[in-house]
Amino acid sequence: MKFSSVMTTPGEWLRGEGPHHQVVISSRVRLARNLRNRPFPGWAKKADRASILDLVRPCVEELPEMQDSFSESLQDLSALDRQVLVERHLISREHAAKGAGSAVVINRRQTLSVMINEEDHLRMQSIRSGLQLKQAFKLVDKIDSALESKLEFAFDRYLGYLTACPTNVGTGMRASAMLHLPGLVLSELINQVIQAVSKIGLAVRGLYGEGTEAMGNLFQISNQTTLGEKEEEIINRLSKVIETIIEKEHDARQALLQRKPNTLWDQIGRAYGVLTYAHAMASKEALNLLSIIKLGVDLGAFPEDRRLPIDELFIDTQPAHLQKSSQQKLNAEERDHLRAQIIRDRLKLLPRPDISRMARESGISPSDGPSNNE
Amino acid sequence: MQKVNLCDACSKEKGVQDPTGFALADLLLGIGAAEEIEKGAPTQKCPVCGFSQADFKKTGRLGCSGCYVTFAEGLSTLLKAMHKGTKHVGKLPERAHRTMELTHQMRALNENLQKAVAAENYETAASLRDQIKQLENEISNSS
Repeated sequence: MKFSSVMTTPGEWLRGEGPHHQVVISSRVRLARNLRNRPFPGWAKKADRASILDLVRPCVEELPEMQDSFSESLQDLSALDRQVLVERHLISREHAAKGAGSAVVINRRQTLSVMINEEDHLRMQSIRSGLQLKQAFKLVDKIDSALESKLEFAFDRYLGYLTACPTNVGTGMRASAMLHLPGLVLSELINQVIQAVSKIGLAVRGLYGEGTEAMGNLFQISNQTTLGEKEEEIINRLSKVIETIIEKEHDARQALLQRKPNTLWDQIGRAYGVLTYAHAMASKEALNLLSIIKLGVDLGAFPEDRRLPIDELFIDTQPAHLQKSSQQKLNAEERDHLRAQIIRDRLKLLPRPDISRMARESGISPSDGPSNNE
Repeated sequence: MQKVNLCDACSKEKGVQDPTGFALADLLLGIGAAEEIEKGAPTQKCPVCGFSQADFKKTGRLGCSGCYVTFAEGLSTLLKAMHKGTKHVGKLPERAHRTMELTHQMRALNENLQKAVAAENYETAASLRDQIKQLENEISNSS
């Protein structure tokens, strides 16, 4: 499969059809594995990395799940193509910075990606739409077992799978979900939730993982520890916490509708106005406003059939996707213009927010809501 | 009200923890695990890959799987502080699984051997001894 086909087919998770898809954008599970007694990628000499890659890559490409896969050395990918893969969460930012001796193999449906010589020799990841951590684990566990019959992984009876960073030792597993939490952010409850989640040994991060900022009301929640707990236990614990957060998010949205409908309608109206009329828009602003429109779809202010084009804009307005689609390198100002133009085009068919429908669906009598004098 | 800023400084302030990166450095300095490893053998190098503790202190990453044996003592303190438990209870690779099965069989055979010897049942004991030898070969081949 060519890179151009990766570009033109959106990943399965982007379609957003999984369970709880209103709040949970995607679920990911990754496993870190290393070859026994071979230097980890960060410590290995160039020749070592190359020989490890030559050993591992065919094994990954031969997997039945990787039929007709996209497989490429990082050195053969342009900086822009790498960034596109980062924006799709198919490779990590760390992996994008790698060169010779590193590669990535991605299956056709973009539900599975294997990074070779990232921080560990192998980082295998499965990504699914909505809350599907168990299914994501099942898929990545299967290819792990298949690879293990061909490669000798570093494993210790007491410490489990051995990884370059001691924080991943044991299961080598990081399970995470991307949550869209505008209700909790707008009602200023998000910090309480983040603190509560951190206290029970889970990590909360921004859009692109470690050390990144939260944008578009998107948050990643993942397990922080990997030793002393079974994979299934970690996933169950995480799933339960996420289900609680989903409930809290729905509660927060209801509370906003009941107590602060004007604030909510103001936000949705402004987001609609700016997105449909602006001629320059930074990616951060776009994400934040699209988040509010997405919330509007969830609440019935916009028709349900507009959901997919809005969800797609979250990815398509990211800097690398934007430049890839315009087929030229753009400076920041040009990007902002193009971004605004794409958004205006795609939202042409988006009707004005239907406040009365939203109020009706949430059970608020029209007298409580603002007058709808358009 | 549009966003929550989770840069490093803010995340610290808000009590959000990052398990690697900064938090790792904090852990190292906070508990002094790195210093602890150094006290034991400051110049020790991993015989498999040549990695030293100074390298670990610098990068927060290890050199190869052999480093877990070389630096086992110091790492155990670090791992205890980092994780929920100290022993892996999750997935076993088929290979390790097989070795464990063989180890179990070995234990049973040894017990039977002792019983046979105690009962002065030397014929059984001799046959058990043969089985144990065979199993020992299998274990050394599989690991």
